[in-house]
Amino acid sequence: MSEKTWTITRRTVLGLAAGALALGAAVTAPFGGAALAADPFKVGFVYVGPIGDHGWSYQHDQGRLAVEKQFGDKVKTTYVENVAEGADAERVINQLAQSGHDLIFTTSFGFMNPTAKVAKRYPNVKFEHATGYTRADNLATYAARFYEGRYPVGVIAGRMTKSNVIGYIAPFPIPEVVRGINAFTKGLHSVNPEADVKIIYVNAWYDPGKEREAAETLVAQGADVLVQHTDSAAAMQLAEEKGLTAFGQASDMRQFGPNAQATAIVDNWNDYYVARVQAAMDGTWKSEDTWGGLNTDMVHMADYGPKVPEEVKAEANAIIEKIKSGEFQIFAGPMKDNQGAVRVEEGKVASDKDLLSMDWYIEGIDAQLPKK
Amino acid sequence: MRIKLEARAHTPAAVVYATPVVAALLTAVAGGVLFAALGYPPLQALHAFFIQPLSTLNGLAEVGVKATPLVLIAIGLSIGFRGNVWNIGAEGQLTMGAVTGGAVALAFYDVEGVWLLPLMTLAGALGGMAYGAIPALLKTRFNASEILTSLMLTYVATLFLSYLVHGPLMDPDGFNFPQSRLFHDSAILPVLGFTRLHLGAAVALFVVLAGWFVMARTLIGFQIKVIGLTPAAGGYAGFSQKRVVWLSFLVSGGLAGMAGLFEVAGPIGQLQPSISPGYGFTAIIVAFLGRLHPLGILLAGLLMALSYLGGEVAQIELGLPLAMTGVFQGMLLFFLLGADVFTRYRLRLGSPPAAARVAAAADKPKPAGEAA
Repeated sequence: MSEKTWTITRRTVLGLAAGALALGAAVTAPFGGAALAADPFKVGFVYVGPIGDHGWSYQHDQGRLAVEKQFGDKVKTTYVENVAEGADAERVINQLAQSGHDLIFTTSFGFMNPTAKVAKRYPNVKFEHATGYTRADNLATYAARFYEGRYPVGVIAGRMTKSNVIGYIAPFPIPEVVRGINAFTKGLHSVNPEADVKIIYVNAWYDPGKEREAAETLVAQGADVLVQHTDSAAAMQLAEEKGLTAFGQASDMRQFGPNAQATAIVDNWNDYYVARVQAAMDGTWKSEDTWGGLNTDMVHMADYGPKVPEEVKAEANAIIEKIKSGEFQIFAGPMKDNQGAVRVEEGKVASDKDLLSMDWYIEGIDAQLPKK
Repeated sequence: MRIKLEARAHTPAAVVYATPVVAALLTAVAGGVLFAALGYPPLQALHAFFIQPLSTLNGLAEVGVKATPLVLIAIGLSIGFRGNVWNIGAEGQLTMGAVTGGAVALAFYDVEGVWLLPLMTLAGALGGMAYGAIPALLKTRFNASEILTSLMLTYVATLFLSYLVHGPLMDPDGFNFPQSRLFHDSAILPVLGFTRLHLGAAVALFVVLAGWFVMARTLIGFQIKVIGLTPAAGGYAGFSQKRVVWLSFLVSGGLAGMAGLFEVAGPIGQLQPSISPGYGFTAIIVAFLGRLHPLGILLAGLLMALSYLGGEVAQIELGLPLAMTGVFQGMLLFFLLGADVFTRYRLRLGSPPAAARVAAAADKPKPAGEAA
């Protein structure tokens, strides 16, 4: 909560100006013109969770703060947190557009259709929607290739596990999550084909209670490494208590697991948000689809924890460099699903379209996706 | 000096009607103090909370959109609550109504017709009714607590919806994301002008009138009230308690189902994993805030809707934390229930009579040994 966000509202500017007027200061310049010139560029953010989730929404808010830091008085940022992905989202987005925001970031998949509706209504306002696929002239989309981080995480997990059981806490069986599980498993089995992945879906992105329960269940089933695609630090805290290994999700969760965290896949929106705000202020903003990965640092790996041996760090670093340079493709064929069907042929690489609609587990995962 | 509460033999009507107003005023004052303590300008914050959302036509319409499901559900619940039937599972009935009504919309995806919306509404109401019938059956047949059964069924309904949008009702062109197709135009409720205020709001107003008529002017309304106040007297008069249970659940379930359908056929426009941000539970508060009286419920629903919208405006305009919305709603309830005490009791100030003082001394806690 920064006080800066309200002290420089237009109201305050007007109030100060009016005060100056009343004091009889020389007012020769047109009053309205002066106030308009001081108007900052307004950027709005809509978050699905609380900014205190230390995960998804927290990282988007870090991006907002980076924008404030970069542009200072030239921008005014606003955020609305905990916005439900239902009827409420459209109202909030509309409210931001109506109250003079020039660029609005909506940061959850469920905001896609509401954002598209409001974008149609306000053609002069620019919109950016995270993780969706609907675009328009004033509606861009952006997402990150988090799966690129999951492969090295799989490699580290394969080296760290003693029990050969990995617990994976997943939110929903959507392509984004399935892709992550597959990339993780591929990395895991590249160094340790014996390791088993046990997956629990908690049907929530952020629910510390359910995440904790899922983590406890997985530990009871023998897992000594915990991986999560959910946003809270509940699993990390459990891993710390029990002396296990875990991987942070979305943000660096070291403070919750100083010993447990091997590394974390950090969502780094800072550079992207700064660049897009700059482009919008310069008038060079265009609607496009951005899918950044390790190479643009949109997917950022946190520093290694104290338990990771030097040779494992070196192995993971080598893989990360190869992914960055494009020398290594995670979803390169031959790849089979866990029913035995060939999904990616030898010599080919899964296209982005295949990745975006991925609805199958790769071989080696002993579980079923919910049937259609 | 001591403060004493004395039961009133008779409560003046003026006191009954004054308490909600007093509670609202106390909330505003306490809220202002809280804002000031947090370093926000109190008057500006109160203005953002209570006045600004109502200052535009669109804002007024949005209050109506938000209040519609709350009022619809609360009217149904209040009928049961009057008869001592505790339906806590309106959220589940809402979800089921959205599912059945939404399924009709999707089944006739490529068929246009004015008959579609009435059919969807009917399906939604029947879906909610059928789901409400389960706790009613368990109560009348096995005497199972309807509080527990209806509450637990809520989670079943949410998971059922989640299964459907991940499976059979998933949009075939939606990249495997968990949501249905967007409903086409003849499956979307007509709206007022450029706002989102839909036909459901008019239905809710009609239900308010109907609810008043049933409770105040019909025999069955009288029976519900008698059974709620004194079940034995109702029994002697030959009123059937089972009938009241069934009626309460069918009416409240049906209205909740209709509210769910209005959400998906109104502001949302498709089936998705989360439809309601807890309307079924908030409606319980609305029902009691409105004194279980239809007109009171209408006002309470509008006030509750306003508090949500005000919370958003305060976030956008002043950067107030979202938690303020919850604190505000909490204070409102606290002051209302607090003020309620004074409708039944009157405050007496004075020094206690000698006899009472002796009694108080005798009541002092005994030494531990003696108590054991």
